[in-house]
Amino acid sequence: MIRLQAAAFDPGIELRDFTRACPRGSGAVASFTGLVRDCGDGPALKAMTLEHYPGMTERQLALIDAEASRRWPLGRSLILHRFGRMLPGEAIVLVATASAHRRAALDACGFLIDWLKTKAPFWKLEETESGENWVEARASDEAAAGRWDDAPRAVPGTGRE
Amino acid sequence: MKLIYFAWLRTRIGLAEEWVEPPPSVRNVGDLLAWLPTRGPSYAHALADLEVVRVAVNQDYAAPDRVLAAGDEVALFPPVTGG
Repeated sequence: MIRLQAAAFDPGIELRDFTRACPRGSGAVASFTGLVRDCGDGPALKAMTLEHYPGMTERQLALIDAEASRRWPLGRSLILHRFGRMLPGEAIVLVATASAHRRAALDACGFLIDWLKTKAPFWKLEETESGENWVEARASDEAAAGRWDDAPRAVPGTGRE
Repeated sequence: MKLIYFAWLRTRIGLAEEWVEPPPSVRNVGDLLAWLPTRGPSYAHALADLEVVRVAVNQDYAAPDRVLAAGDEVALFPPVTGG
């Protein structure tokens, strides 16, 4: 499931609702929450604005979500991503997955956030005391996404490839 | 075709979107990226390093050899930084 919104959200409440709605047979829920971070080196961060490409963003998130469900036996999945202006410490993104066992839930959660970071069309603009600057993409994000290229897709005991 | 720019490509070019009619020699994405800088200094500046320019055609990522049609929506943007 994909949700894209400007409004702030409470990761705790979202995760509680996600967990309650899991189908019977779910034995594991994994999640990742991304926060607006002040790196600490340089002028203090006042706010972060996320620009995105309406239409393509939803399309890419849906493709990434579908790919996770193709690779792992998920009972439920969620990608919740904000856009617009947000303050340090606020949640930007929540990814959650549910599966029968922990390995599939944890791996699918890692896959979702790694792929999202390199494929979903969002751009961060930092607002600091001394002006605005666009956050640059990190090579380590590409490397993190790349590690799923050859990841084992079979989950033992499920007969899925 | 419709061109859309995001993040620092938008601010450097000074436009969020525009309609263009490239010359017939512009057949694919690579041709478009070679032609755009000839339209003015702001384009040349924004597109000086194509290593940091990504292209989507009709909202799907596109490689330089992707063939273009008149009604396409072509977006140019830097590597993404969401999540």
